[in-house]
Amino acid sequence: MQPLELSAVDLVAALRQGDVTAVQCATAFLDRIEATNPAINAFLHVDREAALSRAADIDARRRAGKPVGPLAGLPVALKDVLCTADMPTTCASKMLAGYRPPYDADVVARLRRADAVFVGKTNMDEFAMGGSNENSAFGPVHNPWDHSRAPGGSSGGSAACVAADMAPVAIGSDTGGSIRQPAGLCGITGLKPTYGRVSRRGLIAFASSLDQIGPMARSAADCALVMETIAGHDPGDSTSLTTEVPRYTDLLDKPLTGVRIGRVPEHFAAGLDPEVAKGVEEAFAVLKAAGATVHDVRLPHAKYGIPTYYLIAPCEASSNLARYDGAHYGRRETALAGGHRETALAARAAGAAAGFESPLVEMYCRSRAEGFGPEVKRRIMLGTYALSAGYYDAYYAKALRVRRLIRQDYLDAFQTVDLIGGPVSATPAFKLGEKTDDPLAMYLVDLYTVGTNLAGVGGISFPCGFTKSGLPIGFQLQAPPLAEPLLLQAADRFQRLTDWHRRRPKAAGEGRA
Amino acid sequence: MSDATPFVTVIGLEVHVQLLTRTKLFCGCSTKFGAAPNTQVCPTCLGLPGSLPVMNRRAFELAVRAALALDCTIAPFTKWDRKNYFYPDLPKGYQISQFDLPFSSDGHLEVVDPKGAFAPRNVGIIRVHLEEDAGKSMHDEAAGTGDSRIDLNRAGTPLCEIVTQPDLRSPQEARAWLNELKLLLVYLGVSDCNMQEGSLRVDANVNLHIPQPDGRIAKTPIVEIKNMNSFRSVERALTYEAARQWEEWRETKAEMGKTPKQTRGWDDPAGVTRAQRHKEESSDYRYFPEPDLVPVTVSEQDVAAARAAMGTPPTELRRALETTWKISAYDADVLVNQGRDLVDYFEEVATKVGEGKVASNWLQQDVLRILKETGGSIADFRVRPAVLADLIGRVTRGDFDTSRGREILAQMVADGRPLDEVVAGMGIAAVSDDDVVSLCRELLADNPKIVADVKGGKEQAAAGLIGQAKKKNPNVNPGKVRAICLDLIRAMP
Repeated sequence: MQPLELSAVDLVAALRQGDVTAVQCATAFLDRIEATNPAINAFLHVDREAALSRAADIDARRRAGKPVGPLAGLPVALKDVLCTADMPTTCASKMLAGYRPPYDADVVARLRRADAVFVGKTNMDEFAMGGSNENSAFGPVHNPWDHSRAPGGSSGGSAACVAADMAPVAIGSDTGGSIRQPAGLCGITGLKPTYGRVSRRGLIAFASSLDQIGPMARSAADCALVMETIAGHDPGDSTSLTTEVPRYTDLLDKPLTGVRIGRVPEHFAAGLDPEVAKGVEEAFAVLKAAGATVHDVRLPHAKYGIPTYYLIAPCEASSNLARYDGAHYGRRETALAGGHRETALAARAAGAAAGFESPLVEMYCRSRAEGFGPEVKRRIMLGTYALSAGYYDAYYAKALRVRRLIRQDYLDAFQTVDLIGGPVSATPAFKLGEKTDDPLAMYLVDLYTVGTNLAGVGGISFPCGFTKSGLPIGFQLQAPPLAEPLLLQAADRFQRLTDWHRRRPKAAGEGRA
Repeated sequence: MSDATPFVTVIGLEVHVQLLTRTKLFCGCSTKFGAAPNTQVCPTCLGLPGSLPVMNRRAFELAVRAALALDCTIAPFTKWDRKNYFYPDLPKGYQISQFDLPFSSDGHLEVVDPKGAFAPRNVGIIRVHLEEDAGKSMHDEAAGTGDSRIDLNRAGTPLCEIVTQPDLRSPQEARAWLNELKLLLVYLGVSDCNMQEGSLRVDANVNLHIPQPDGRIAKTPIVEIKNMNSFRSVERALTYEAARQWEEWRETKAEMGKTPKQTRGWDDPAGVTRAQRHKEESSDYRYFPEPDLVPVTVSEQDVAAARAAMGTPPTELRRALETTWKISAYDADVLVNQGRDLVDYFEEVATKVGEGKVASNWLQQDVLRILKETGGSIADFRVRPAVLADLIGRVTRGDFDTSRGREILAQMVADGRPLDEVVAGMGIAAVSDDDVVSLCRELLADNPKIVADVKGGKEQAAAGLIGQAKKKNPNVNPGKVRAICLDLIRAMP
């Protein structure tokens, strides 16, 4: 029994049947992390002792015939944007280095109750801002398929750790594509649920009206399994939906006969890598062969997706990140450290000479200047500017109006089709450093994914082929609000007919086929 | 414009009141005042990363009740906005407030002075909105190190902001209006309006309208006054500020609109307003809709429920007391201004006594005096309404006189014993009519001069008998003694 080779669904079954113990399972993945992570840098924190003791406890309960949760013993990696009471939570930012929240995020609490075993916290773009994981204050993640390439972002660590078999399941967050794009670039399956389906409580906010948590795993079936635990109403999140959570795993095995899939012609315009285009067209062919029909649909306002997203997200971010001011927790830089009156007065004079209005303002400025990376600062400045008096109507208010149009496009399209398919990203994984000097080029990596978030609907990304150089190509399906069962069903059907999702990267492989 | 001043003082108020909820506006932490610093906090009110707000329905209900009592229109749809600014007692870096769609607007509250110190003034309410309070900063300037301490117990307490039209025309009116507002909110059970504990805070906007020889009205620049911690200091600050603006006008002739609104802080010990730093006024709060909360819809049923919970507001209550109990507007004002508990007490006494005026007199002259002396409240007053009514009844019947009644009341308050026991203990057993008659006969026998005077037509001479009667038996009713003595004298040959 080699736990690394099993899907999450099979692993949970094997654990239940006693074919493998939780400790054996945790040990296998922790060993794998130890061996592989130095090259990949997918984890910011691994707590081997805690994971093993948790696994031992689950084994003991199971042996004693006591009840265990539905995911008992399943190793899970958590994006470091999720608050964990027993592990540091940093958002890959110097600002929160060493920060330990006093509470668990709702998803973390749900997974704990389900007896999942947390192996660690995964690397990401700082505060989930980025599409390559290069914005981490703790170093970039390397794509397991080619270590010189980016894994995508911002959930790059979560994607890479699943691709490199360091965890069967990881939890990510998706604000403009941050689950689907790295899933696509790393050859795994990632689901961004409908806004409100998974509670955001304890998810450190980037852009509150767009953020959504979702599962990242090797297959749609594994994502379905995890969704059954993490989805559901949370009275602590006013925006979480009250609709009952279906048994996603029971709804998978249905034929796609008669399912109408939309294809947006604009998605195949200039800029789309030909190999990606080919992979995506082949995926449509597979879905057709499975009984689905494909129809052209229009999303007339999709072209405004990127500018709309890059107004709304930074505006909300500029406010969400205001709390990192050095006053209550996190990084504090101040000239006033130390209590002697003379030192303090001298520091105050120095601060005033440096142009700071007051020691307090100096603390804010220095803490934020030192604590945040350049991309985070860029977005805070963009958002602060766009919300300023005199600019609000031209930027933020207009962006909100366009957002409503974009949502309406989707709702209109879903009158005639059940799903919308297409590429996840225009290109396969790009080289580390390739786009770091060009923020605009980097923003365009979200081109095909931001619409889902702006519309508040669900989307799934899964591998549909490989380039000649061996890089995964991702396919994306988007669905109407709360149509996760159909998304998962279609992706699962695709994965029953193909084996792209079973391929493992050689670069990260150790004695694996 | 009064005769004394060549200008009109124009005042608008911004009042913040903490709502009387058990828990905070967006989390379950207690709002109780006075706990050790930072003990009533949780991830939400601390603004910790990942925390989310959930609206307290109760706070919204109380706010709607207050707005209805101020005759505001309740919006069927309202939303929350973020007001962004940096300050250490604002842990999220933004305050959840309401910007362009407040839950209520366009109301009014009238203030009337029963003694006519000013004409009745109907003050327009521009809007009432709900928001969360910030924490408290304690600055340790004395230490010289610039250390400040932050207590976040208050952070997240529900606050109602009430903004008036600039309808007030004198500092005195402003103070009276604030008293009326406070009374209303306390009656509604919406807030305790305790200024010492910060549950009611007032900022005032003031300028002068100065008629010019050419008929034009010159308006001085509007000044916002902050840091006033009592209604008295509001009146003093406004009085000071009006005088200051008059002096400034005479020197500079500066009019409104040429400079940005100035903020001045009231320095109570010094009795002056001082300009605050310019920087603080030019804030851009970058309001935008709060994405962590859903908009609130208010149904007609919600409004009806809030209206039902409203009770009788003070203005209506005053009118009701005047008509039901035939007491003067002034008396009704005094009673109502003491609060609902006293009014309930009064109505119970008046019902049992069967008359309002006498009950009102006893309350105003005796009960309120005692409460003032002892610093107690009517709720804890030992002599319950039925007992006071009993006492008043005995005085009215003539068992003893009013001053004796007062002594009895004082005694009951002092030792809490029942009425009969106090009466017996003071030796105030009712005196039988036979006893009074024989006492009077004794008096007449002892006082031939008074008898002669009365016979000679000077009835007032009988007063001399009453003092002596009280000495012989303190329980006799003086009126009765007088009447019987007169009868006896008239019956003399």
